[in-house]
Amino acid sequence: MSRIAAVFANLRAEGRAALIPFVEAYDPNRATTIELLTGMATHGADIIEIGVPFTDPMADGPTIQAAGRRALDAGASLHGVLDIVREFRSANNHTPLVLMGYLNPILSYGVDAFTQDAAAAGVDGLIVVDLPTEECDLLLPAATLNELDVIRLIAPTTSDERLPKVLEGSSGFVYYVSITGITGTRTASAADLARDIPRIRRATSLPIAVGFGVRTPEHAATIAGFADAAIVASALIEKLCATNVATVLEDVAALAAGLRTAVKIPA
Amino acid sequence: MNELLKNSLRSGPDGRGRFGEFGGRFVAETLMPLILELETAYEAAKADPSFQSEIDYYLKHYVGRPSALWFAERLTKSLGGAKIYFKRDELNHTGAHKINNCIGQILLARRMGKTRIIAETGAGQHGVATATVCALFGLPCTIYMGAVDVERQKPNVFRMKLLGAEVVPVKSGAATLKDAMNDAMRDWVANVRDTFYIIGTAAGPHPYPAMVRDFQCVIGNEARAQLHEAEGRLPDVAVAAIGGGSNAIGLFHPFLDDAAVQLIGVEAAGHGLDSGATAASLSRGRPGVLHGNRTYLLQNDDGQILEAHSISAGLDYPGIGPEHSWLHDIGRVEYVAITDNEALEAFQLCTRTEGIIPALEPAHALAYVAKLAPTLDADKIILMNLCGRGDKDIFTVAEHLGVNL
Repeated sequence: MSRIAAVFANLRAEGRAALIPFVEAYDPNRATTIELLTGMATHGADIIEIGVPFTDPMADGPTIQAAGRRALDAGASLHGVLDIVREFRSANNHTPLVLMGYLNPILSYGVDAFTQDAAAAGVDGLIVVDLPTEECDLLLPAATLNELDVIRLIAPTTSDERLPKVLEGSSGFVYYVSITGITGTRTASAADLARDIPRIRRATSLPIAVGFGVRTPEHAATIAGFADAAIVASALIEKLCATNVATVLEDVAALAAGLRTAVKIPA
Repeated sequence: MNELLKNSLRSGPDGRGRFGEFGGRFVAETLMPLILELETAYEAAKADPSFQSEIDYYLKHYVGRPSALWFAERLTKSLGGAKIYFKRDELNHTGAHKINNCIGQILLARRMGKTRIIAETGAGQHGVATATVCALFGLPCTIYMGAVDVERQKPNVFRMKLLGAEVVPVKSGAATLKDAMNDAMRDWVANVRDTFYIIGTAAGPHPYPAMVRDFQCVIGNEARAQLHEAEGRLPDVAVAAIGGGSNAIGLFHPFLDDAAVQLIGVEAAGHGLDSGATAASLSRGRPGVLHGNRTYLLQNDDGQILEAHSISAGLDYPGIGPEHSWLHDIGRVEYVAITDNEALEAFQLCTRTEGIIPALEPAHALAYVAKLAPTLDADKIILMNLCGRGDKDIFTVAEHLGVNL
């Protein structure tokens, strides 16, 4: 069983949802990223999403854009991100790591070489924002060959008719972009989730993670009522900017505690 | 116009929006359903004769088409070689070829029932053209423009505001055209239900490259007929400047299947191809994915996109339309590069010999024509697209000539 599947199987048994915090690699430097990854894994993160910096992050809001800019200024590269993963894995072999980013750095690395190196480094899954299902044959065969989960984004604009096509070939979990908009801006309400999650549930047996605009333990708990995981990104990056690693880790612990208070709402 | 032979070079893109390996639809899932809806709507419009007649009406009575074909006799004599003809798209309403595309797209937006328009702009020509058609049809309009460009193109910013558009200065990245396009995409993702994104060049996710090309083909179609009337034959060479490549594809496309017509696209070399400050995506880039399409891009070894440089804000873009990437790879079109200084010289040459102040974009094309014409016999014909007028550029040119306005 893959690390991601194992996490969700355990959580199902525990009856709680997963916390997936996000770290923009190299923001503001490599050492901080290692500290954050290691610390998050011991402060309640069930899976960690690592943002791969890109010059033109078209789906991201101001917070992640700025984080990516700082990261590139600090010398971030896709090779460097894999190197961080290798270092993290030398001490932690259980927390799943998912890389989230854009296609061009992967194409530039070479799809075959990248998927081999990523799997060997200890990456578990890939989220490629600008690779819709229509273009996924560029990546899917190589990712599958190297046992990397390709995690698909589903949006409020994805129709019921389109869902099966989008889910084709996806594994690990599905990532529900809960708003029409960029990261870190608006927040989906309980009513939105009650409307959206069941229709995705009908189309897939994969766990459903909800992201974009998740900021507080209360909101994470609301998500856990409907879905299987909450992804928190911009709020943590803002906290890191304003304070330090220790405070971010306190927030991660608070989010994890929030998820444990969630009341599951039957679909 | 679109009833094409199977073995024609004009039959692209394929069902996946690809020209060879270039093009495609590399957008976030949130946008994907909209892109598909747009494709369906555009296909339906193309099949509806009333759509084309609507476009023709506005192009004739509002834009002022057909634009003239001008035999540049003094320039021809001074260069001493091939006959040079200008396709004068700088005479269009708003002063450039951009309006051809804006008319087509806004009429499509209306058919689709969209009630709000967004666009990106570099120099401001596409922004002005978009704001113009929005004023004409009474639609609210938001234009994304890099903060650096807002500063260096103040007259166009004021024009857009006069026309009723909201101009949003984009501060992310290098605050130029690439970043403006990112922010326009972000706006679109957040306003998917009511908003139509009028992309200004023949790039972006399918169907934009094909759609913008189709709307710009009026340039080549007219020029072909006009030159036939003037000379009774096809040109030997057709030349156009390339940023994203919309004016060039509009000129070239109707000649793609005429093997005897040599086609030359002129990229902006900036300070020089190997200066590190260039916008020549084909000459110095390699294939990658940005802004929804796979195409040649200026990028570093890690696949990070590089900032382009050109004296011409309209060519200052690190990518190029995907059909050009394909035409480059198959060798049908030759792509060359012209530096900032060469373009400045051509700008002055055209102004003084023909009494036409060209935009800095076609000044690049002209700089290459000035090199080429003397090498050809006097019975050869060069057709060049003079795609924009230079009023917007007089401040930039003055600065480079050391003149204080």
